[in-house]
Amino acid sequence: MDISFKAILIQGMLGLNNGAFYAMLSLGLAVIFGLLNIVNFAHGAFYMLGAFAALIGLTQLGGWIGMPDLQINFWWALLLAPLFVGLLGVLVDRTMLKRLAGLDHLYGLLLTFGIALVLQGLFTNYYNTAGTPYPGKPEMLDGVVNLGFMFFPKYRLFALVFSLLVCLLTWYLIERTKLGAILRAGTENPDLVQALGINVPLLITLTYGFGVGLAALAGVLAAPIYSVSPLMGAELIIVVFAVVVIGGMGSIMGAIVTGLGLGMIEGITKVVYPPASSTVVFIIMAIVLLVRPAGLFGRE
Amino acid sequence: MLEAYPDEILRVSDLHAFYGESHILHGVDFTVQRGEVVTLLGRNGSGRSTTLKAILGLVSRRSGHVSVNGRQVIGLPPHRIARLGVGYCPEERGIFASLSVEENLLLPPVIRAGGMSLDEIYDMFPNLKERRSSQGSKLSGGEQQMLAIARILRPGAYLLLLDEITEGLAPVIVQTLGEVIRKLKARGYTIVLVEQNFHFAAPLADRHYVIEHGRVAAMIDKEDLDENKDRINSLLSV
Repeated sequence: MDISFKAILIQGMLGLNNGAFYAMLSLGLAVIFGLLNIVNFAHGAFYMLGAFAALIGLTQLGGWIGMPDLQINFWWALLLAPLFVGLLGVLVDRTMLKRLAGLDHLYGLLLTFGIALVLQGLFTNYYNTAGTPYPGKPEMLDGVVNLGFMFFPKYRLFALVFSLLVCLLTWYLIERTKLGAILRAGTENPDLVQALGINVPLLITLTYGFGVGLAALAGVLAAPIYSVSPLMGAELIIVVFAVVVIGGMGSIMGAIVTGLGLGMIEGITKVVYPPASSTVVFIIMAIVLLVRPAGLFGRE
Repeated sequence: MLEAYPDEILRVSDLHAFYGESHILHGVDFTVQRGEVVTLLGRNGSGRSTTLKAILGLVSRRSGHVSVNGRQVIGLPPHRIARLGVGYCPEERGIFASLSVEENLLLPPVIRAGGMSLDEIYDMFPNLKERRSSQGSKLSGGEQQMLAIARILRPGAYLLLLDEITEGLAPVIVQTLGEVIRKLKARGYTIVLVEQNFHFAAPLADRHYVIEHGRVAAMIDKEDLDENKDRINSLLSV
């Protein structure tokens, strides 16, 4: 078997690109689990909603509201879709998740799983599962750049850098700011944080909105790369859960590093031993669970 | 600084509290006047800590009447009660392990002017200044206790609910805490102390309430302590 170093680098870069999506999604999941104690199975559906929000905003929204010329372009979608989906998350928390406070994890998991199925079902009804390409990739991001060892699509490079920035900003927000300190304290002991005068129910709602907004942002970024389909989130979320398990719930940087690392490993496996490329993440998950059940970066 | 407030800072009457199905408090009654240090004494499991938690709404269900500074708070969520001027130091101290000392100190929002500044707090607790950037998890028991008290002095709370602050600490630290309580009283704070250590509490407090089986069994003024020694001992002995 002759595997060129170049092929490994190329797949590694493409894998890193996927990894950046894993990182953004697992970040939101970890933050939500930390404060709400809910395993958010709807996360993939909100990612899908982000991509659809971008698609619909560009191609259909204008027609729906009687302004056929209105097209929400990619850049605006990058801002508006996460806001819209984040607000939807706020609504979901206020109307449904709040009622589960204090109950077993399982109820939150079942409810969010149900929400995911409803959302996927709705979109499957109106858009086919084969997927619709997103036609709004900005012209300036067409073409490729020469990285020296390979030609890399400009858009993918943009998506990679952009999601890395978002991850680092989120890390900074949580680990280095006052708001982040409140969030971390709330993750440790929400009752006491509330007894110290902080409106924890509001904090929880905003955190859920922020987490799913992050998923939607990843969805918008993904739209020009993958086709927009009702099941795009369901396929991805399984891997993302594995990423969260491997990284551990305790650390924000852990979620980012694990996401990127696993994306790369997945990419490289495509060259080294292609049949294992879609299972390698789960093999790693099994090993990590055996050796370090709290995850690589988790706190016991 | 508290002249604008009525003399009665806290009134608790017929307070019942539940954890799940367990009925813990069976009608607790007591009042605390402005500037007083009042203790809640009693055996383990008598309901003293639960009384503090019930005042703040940290129990699964409560009924009765609690007014803070003349305002009924029984229907309010904990953060609203805290924002009326109540500072709470829990028995387990509740230092956030993933936050630094200073982040712990700055966590509670300032609710009104008149709280202590960070410099004043560091003057009162010099140890905390040295360790300001340490993680909360790295502190000794005494330092954690200092931090848990210091944390509620900055926001401007005027009623401090302190739960078992001397528990498990070395005598020299207990002595320091006694000094701290005296200083806080001198600054005009109103303090409710839940204490196991009667020798610590006796010289500090103006009045003592003895709690038994989720009710107030006795109220004893500072002046009457000597003649009630036997009664207190029998109420507190195991």
